[in-house]
Amino acid sequence: MKQWLRALGQWLDARLNLRASLGPLLRHPIPKAIAGPKGWWYVFGSASVTLLMIQIITGIGLALVYVPAADKAYESLLFLNYEQPLGWFLRALHYYAGSGMVVLVLAHLTQVFLQGAYKYPRELTWIMGVLLLLFTLGMFFSGQVLRWDPDAYWGLAVGGSMAGRVPWLGPRLVELLLGGPVIGGNSLSRFFTLHVFVFVGLLLLFLGVHLWLVIKKGISAPPAPGATVDPKTYDAEYHQELQAGVPFLGEAMQKDIIFSALAVVVVVVLAALIGPKGPTAPPNPILGGANPRPEWPFLWLFGLLSLSPSGAETFVILVFPVILILALLLVPLLSNRGERDPTRRPVAVLAVVVIYTVFGALTYQGATSPWSPQMSAWSGEPVPEDIVTRNTPRQLQGAVVFQNKDCRNCHALEGSGGTRGPDLTDVGARLTFGQLVEQVSNGTPGGGNMPAYGKQISPDEMTALVDFLVSLRPAGRPQAGTVPLAAGKQRP
Amino acid sequence: MTEHQPENHRCKNLLGRRTFVQWVTYGLSAMAAVVLSVPLVGYFVGVRKREVRWVTLDEVDRFPVNETRLKSFDNPLRQPWDGMTAFTGVYVRNLGVDDHGKPQFLAFAVNCAHLGCPVTWFPQSGLFMCPCHGGVYYANGDRAAGPPPRGLFRCAWRVRDGRLEVQAPHYPTLQDTLVKEEG
Repeated sequence: MKQWLRALGQWLDARLNLRASLGPLLRHPIPKAIAGPKGWWYVFGSASVTLLMIQIITGIGLALVYVPAADKAYESLLFLNYEQPLGWFLRALHYYAGSGMVVLVLAHLTQVFLQGAYKYPRELTWIMGVLLLLFTLGMFFSGQVLRWDPDAYWGLAVGGSMAGRVPWLGPRLVELLLGGPVIGGNSLSRFFTLHVFVFVGLLLLFLGVHLWLVIKKGISAPPAPGATVDPKTYDAEYHQELQAGVPFLGEAMQKDIIFSALAVVVVVVLAALIGPKGPTAPPNPILGGANPRPEWPFLWLFGLLSLSPSGAETFVILVFPVILILALLLVPLLSNRGERDPTRRPVAVLAVVVIYTVFGALTYQGATSPWSPQMSAWSGEPVPEDIVTRNTPRQLQGAVVFQNKDCRNCHALEGSGGTRGPDLTDVGARLTFGQLVEQVSNGTPGGGNMPAYGKQISPDEMTALVDFLVSLRPAGRPQAGTVPLAAGKQRP
Repeated sequence: MTEHQPENHRCKNLLGRRTFVQWVTYGLSAMAAVVLSVPLVGYFVGVRKREVRWVTLDEVDRFPVNETRLKSFDNPLRQPWDGMTAFTGVYVRNLGVDDHGKPQFLAFAVNCAHLGCPVTWFPQSGLFMCPCHGGVYYANGDRAAGPPPRGLFRCAWRVRDGRLEVQAPHYPTLQDTLVKEEG
């Protein structure tokens, strides 16, 4: 049997020449230090590719059952979740491996940036890496659309509205994006095509070029303070370093295998424990209570759009992402020489810290979305009992107005309710009766976050409401605008 | 040798065979690229002419004056395979009759003018609110608060045989509204 297999192998190799062509590739030398502890910095790229393989396998499995038609997609996802043996697991694994891929690609990009590995002669390798990040994110967004639930439907609506702001071309782009005048079957087909053909094809193409460059230009040695990159001398120095190098297929690869295996275990455990993501509800646009949220890699943009001033919004939507992508692409073209070690590049380290802090804060804001009204608070969050028990009849009437006029959707009482406006638990200690009437009547000056209620409530309702608001203050705190009495004195 | 000279001289002025084949190669390739790419580009970026379709909502009398109702319907701009995503809705407000006794309505798309999320009507406060970024609109569709750069998108409507009809709405955006607007 063994002899027969060997003969078969030789027969194939005589025709495919794999040993002669792939052998040197796998055994090509890499800097010796990568085989040491510093080699752990180099594991993120290979782990990303491992998760991509999982994505392809699980994607093929899901495509065997999923129906990319608007009238059947939701049902086919429910079938995958509840009927198809292990369909739930495959969906969950596809989601968590995709999330893991975004995390690992970002980690890889950050490591390469911090260690200056994008410098000469690896500029194009970096550019391919940036394109890989963009298409990984593209896969994430298009994948969310295929979930075909309200988040998918309204995610497309938001995408359409953003595209619609492009000067002159906007309406045409919206139709191209949605595949027609409305969100529907053509939109889903479009994103299915992008997800399983176009983006995957381009991802694999860029990955091929990226790996080709990794092999042809070599893996950069771990940086050392003072070991600068000079394009005139680098090639000779690197060649010299490889004289004492170790083969790629060997000790160095063990770390990649260990880390990739760990990444696989993590996503499998997450998938098994947490289960598939959605679909949350049928994609019925007229179902009440829709509260669309983007997937986690895009929460920062959701946050940014909410926090940016309205005048800058179109810039943030259309120009800012382009600047961001161009900045990433241009990194190696602007600085392809000099120090690589992070201890000698404080600006680079600071940039990474600032960027991750800003994106982290925006993502947190996007996840908590304090700017969104809590649409059911007016009926679902009653006025706290301890407030009601100390109210006069008119103030109680005001509490009813407060609930019925949906103030609660944006204003919390004792921490429950909307957070778009300030918590009003102690507003009576901060604003006077007159100030409250003006605020409620006119809203935020200049058309800000609070609408003007002047025409929305009657004078009696206004009086009761403001009476109630004035009563909202901690025990012992005087009403705003009144002078507190000195200890022991009584008001006449 | 001398008898071939006139022929050689003539050949120098004519196109050589290799050059001719080269030109044919380039020319044919260019022609193939054009005849292939024109219909392909047309297919991929082509947009169908938008149809104007009217949808009957209900009898005019079924809309109480000065109240806003969400009317849902199957959008005729749909594809047969759109399923429930073809359901759409418009908010209709009956303004009563004008000086000539003609019924007046306001009809709004459900999409927030900010980024297209679905707005909800709160009759008790007389406001539309958007769950995404907190856009708020008054009953007449005007922007009341939040990030929307304009009021709600208005739909074209008409009354035929005592019934209110709206023009089937496409997905509205800032540069592609549902009715021609002044300014």
